Amino acid sequence: MKARAFDYARPASIAKALAAFAEADGDASYIAGGQSLVPALALRLQAPARLVDIGHIAELRGIAVEAGWLRLGALTRHVDAHDHPLIAAHAPLLALAAPHVAHPAIRNRGTLGGSVALADPASEFPAMMLAMGAEMEIAGPDGTRRVPADAFFVDLYQTALEPGELLVALHIPVARPEHRCAFDEIARRRGDYALVGCGIRLAMSGDVVEEARIALLSVGPTPVRAHAAEATLTGATLDPDAIRHAQAALMDDLDPVDTPEVPAAMRRHLARVLLGRLLAQIAEAA
Amino acid sequence: MNAPLGSLDRPNSYIGRAVTRPNAKRLLAGRGRYVTDLVLPRMLHAAFLRSPYAHARIVSIDAEAARAMPGVRLVATGADLARLCTPWVGTLDHFKGMKSAPQLPLPVEEVLWSGQAVVAVVADSRAQAEDAAEAVLVEFEELPVVADIDTAREPDADRAAAGIEDNLCFRSRLDTGGIDALFAGAAHVVEEEFHFGRHTAVTLEPRAILADWDASEGKLTVHHATQTPYQFQDLYSRHYGIPEASVRVIAPDIGGSFGMKLHVYHEDMAVVGLSMLCRRPVKYVADRMESFVSDIHARDHRVRARMAVDAEGTILAMDVDDVTAIGAFSTYPRTSAVEGNQVIRLMGAPYRFRNYRAELAVVFQNKVQTSQYRAVGHPVACAVTERLVDLAAARAGLDPATMREKNLIPDDAYPCESPTGYKFEALSHQASLIRLKALMDYDALRAEQAALRTRGIHRGIGIASFVEISNPSPAFYGIGGARISAQDGATLSVTPSGEVRCLISVTEQGQGTETIIGQIVADQFGVAREKVRVITGDTEITPHGGATWACRGAGIGGETALQAARRLRDNVLALAATILQARPGDLDLRDGLVVDALSGAERVSLAEVARIAYFRSDTLPPDARAQLSITHHYAPQGYPFAFTNGIQGCHVELDVDTGLVKVLKHWVVEDCGRIINPLLVDEQVRGGVVQGLGAAFFEECRYDDNGQLTNGSLADYLVPMACEMPDIVVGHIETPTADTALGAKGCGEAGTAAASAAALNAVNDAMAPLGASIAQIPMTPERLLKSLGKI
Repeated sequence: MKARAFDYARPASIAKALAAFAEADGDASYIAGGQSLVPALALRLQAPARLVDIGHIAELRGIAVEAGWLRLGALTRHVDAHDHPLIAAHAPLLALAAPHVAHPAIRNRGTLGGSVALADPASEFPAMMLAMGAEMEIAGPDGTRRVPADAFFVDLYQTALEPGELLVALHIPVARPEHRCAFDEIARRRGDYALVGCGIRLAMSGDVVEEARIALLSVGPTPVRAHAAEATLTGATLDPDAIRHAQAALMDDLDPVDTPEVPAAMRRHLARVLLGRLLAQIAEAA
Repeated sequence: MNAPLGSLDRPNSYIGRAVTRPNAKRLLAGRGRYVTDLVLPRMLHAAFLRSPYAHARIVSIDAEAARAMPGVRLVATGADLARLCTPWVGTLDHFKGMKSAPQLPLPVEEVLWSGQAVVAVVADSRAQAEDAAEAVLVEFEELPVVADIDTAREPDADRAAAGIEDNLCFRSRLDTGGIDALFAGAAHVVEEEFHFGRHTAVTLEPRAILADWDASEGKLTVHHATQTPYQFQDLYSRHYGIPEASVRVIAPDIGGSFGMKLHVYHEDMAVVGLSMLCRRPVKYVADRMESFVSDIHARDHRVRARMAVDAEGTILAMDVDDVTAIGAFSTYPRTSAVEGNQVIRLMGAPYRFRNYRAELAVVFQNKVQTSQYRAVGHPVACAVTERLVDLAAARAGLDPATMREKNLIPDDAYPCESPTGYKFEALSHQASLIRLKALMDYDALRAEQAALRTRGIHRGIGIASFVEISNPSPAFYGIGGARISAQDGATLSVTPSGEVRCLISVTEQGQGTETIIGQIVADQFGVAREKVRVITGDTEITPHGGATWACRGAGIGGETALQAARRLRDNVLALAATILQARPGDLDLRDGLVVDALSGAERVSLAEVARIAYFRSDTLPPDARAQLSITHHYAPQGYPFAFTNGIQGCHVELDVDTGLVKVLKHWVVEDCGRIINPLLVDEQVRGGVVQGLGAAFFEECRYDDNGQLTNGSLADYLVPMACEMPDIVVGHIETPTADTALGAKGCGEAGTAAASAAALNAVNDAMAPLGASIAQIPMTPERLLKSLGKI
């Protein structure tokens, strides 16, 4: 299929991008790596009158550590999550998740900002924003603002971004020495959208969990924080009992929908299995 | 030239040699010419509006707005094309009682599946055609959808199409007699209900066609991504009323076919008519979404089967009931009943038992048409048989390999006949099993499996014997009234420079047909392989023939090439004898030189013979016969089919908590008769195995109750990818057929035939200690977790 005709703008700055979007009376889309948008255009699932290509805006690039935060420009590529030493050092969950994101050709083009702004609940990076307690830097007509990940993901493909607003950067609190991270997903084929995926960041004192952040993908309309499971772990010694309690509590965190191929009970079962395996992996490494 | 074929120390000995493909470099360099690459002057593009309903009446079509859109040249409906094209019916005469509704390029009154093309738009670009197709307004009145094989067969069931009196397309019964008594008296009876999902070919290159009607001379040229240009020449000629000699079908480079591009598709027939209406070339290339709802699907069988075994584990009898769901009509011209027919006839084929009963029902549904796809019927028959053999082995207390040793047809028992009437010339089941066990190190694997089980690691080992049908004679289609040739033809000529051109009717879709034909011609004629140019796939140039399907390219096409090359060689030697004043029998042609047959001493070069023939015939005596071109045809005349055989082994590890299966390794021992090119045979076998493992674990066209395909994209329909595929070890036994000088039988479907069966047995073997089992493919995590009682 061929995309419907659209016009195309390639602004050189954030301000010009916002203006180019505004000119289209709401009938526009920003495009960066295009790894989700271009297929949607080809399938005519989306047919905006204008594409605003933000791929040439220098302000949206860059990977740097500033005052305890890792700042990732929205145009940071998936391949950087896979390879970049600053990301490996300061946001290890992104580095752990990156090999599971599609395939190299897609990782070379897809952007972290695009993935987080699209907020596909089956994508790895949005869920990792939750697990890491990231904040999103958003530019709009009235200036910029920062929204914590917990408030960013609203509903299916719906985020705190207002129409026309642009995701500028992801800010991630840098990993601390006491952090223990794990990520894995269960997918039928390597690189597919997962049946369920899970990222964990535990702050450990010896074998005691001081703080737990757990986020799952592919288990609901948004990436999901496992608050109940986190609560059972906080203050607990990470042993088989604690893992079992966390697995049981996780069932209160999840309410996936039934689909013919993946019944809700199966997602819940797989999430439970996966959480157990990841916690055991952290406990074993400790 | 007295050394046997396959001995590699002869001059120009290419038969049996692993040579690379002459066309590989061209394709890798991006110089392939696929239909999509072709651009003709004044060419237009077609797009289709498709039905959103699985069954509906067309109330009205309003194309006024679409016709006025930019670049639009034509909007055509079913009625427009019905004025040009006669209807077709997908039945074969030898399938007694078979019925199917007549079909037209586009429907006039009734749509029969979701995704059926309803209105065609022709425009200057594909994008413009798609824009206009969106603007065509069709009012549909929904009709009841037939989507279940059991309710479809009830007496008062809704009908899948108005033109049929009930939903039963075809029914067949086989019965050797004695079944009930054998089952009643058997020490063990095992039974199972099997489900085989629908899947589809997913070729890298989708279907593509470019039709060019030249009204000035009444000539139709069609560039068509198909396996069978001659079949389509005949069909376009007859259904559009154009003399056959005025229809030219060219099959250029083809990016995979697997049987899918054998069949008549409504869009393809429509495009011919659109070109006639526009009097301009019209191109249509299916996109992936269209492929899922219009390429043929395959399988979709529910089989209830049982096997009777005596106390020692000897198989006594099988009893089978197969219900298969096709589309709302039977595919043309090869029908949708061949798969079911082969399922019930291939059951139990590797084994010695004599008593068999089977019932087949082929049932219409409001879904995409089904028809022949790689290894037609084989995977179903093989999986049912092999799973029952494993179940019976367990009951009789035998190891699965021992059970097969006991029951396979002995290698010295040929010729023999299966209980279903297939005549086997010579197969090698026992030798294949011995070879497989050695390749797998079977006993060591069993020991390792037992040790790992104590550590909670669940591995499974599955084996599956198979028989494959190849090289069909006219008894396959010709007898049923279909104008599908069982013979092939080749025209060979020596160029004035002493090279060879071979025009042959078998076709190339990426498997290496042209490579093996070049090997055979060079080998049998007596020149270096680089001197032979093989040309395929153009009805105006290449002789009429069956082309490439049912593994007939090597067996029938190869024998055609062999006989043709020998005839041309005789002509060259006769002429050389005249020139040299020698006797033809004293001469031989080796490596492009006419030599003294006994001493090997050079007498004259082939190039010199050609030069004299073409430019200095004045130097030849008046009665000299300088026939440096010959045309030769060959049709199989011995056995109705050349059966091949083999056995596969599969080793898996099952994650019992996630339902994911990792295929650790896969083995195939196959006997395709004479191997022409071991490299290509191995590639064919591996590719076939991957498609079989795809069926076993991933591929399924899923429908809801309304007849809507719910996973029609490559994001949702999972094909096997490199990461999930194991190493595939291939071993060979060679039992050439004595029906031909070449002795090749074919190998294209062997891999697919038994891979899913071996995988099914392996997964069941892994689950057996947990008391779980599965009898459905694909074996998805959901189904496995349910079998394991985890969800």
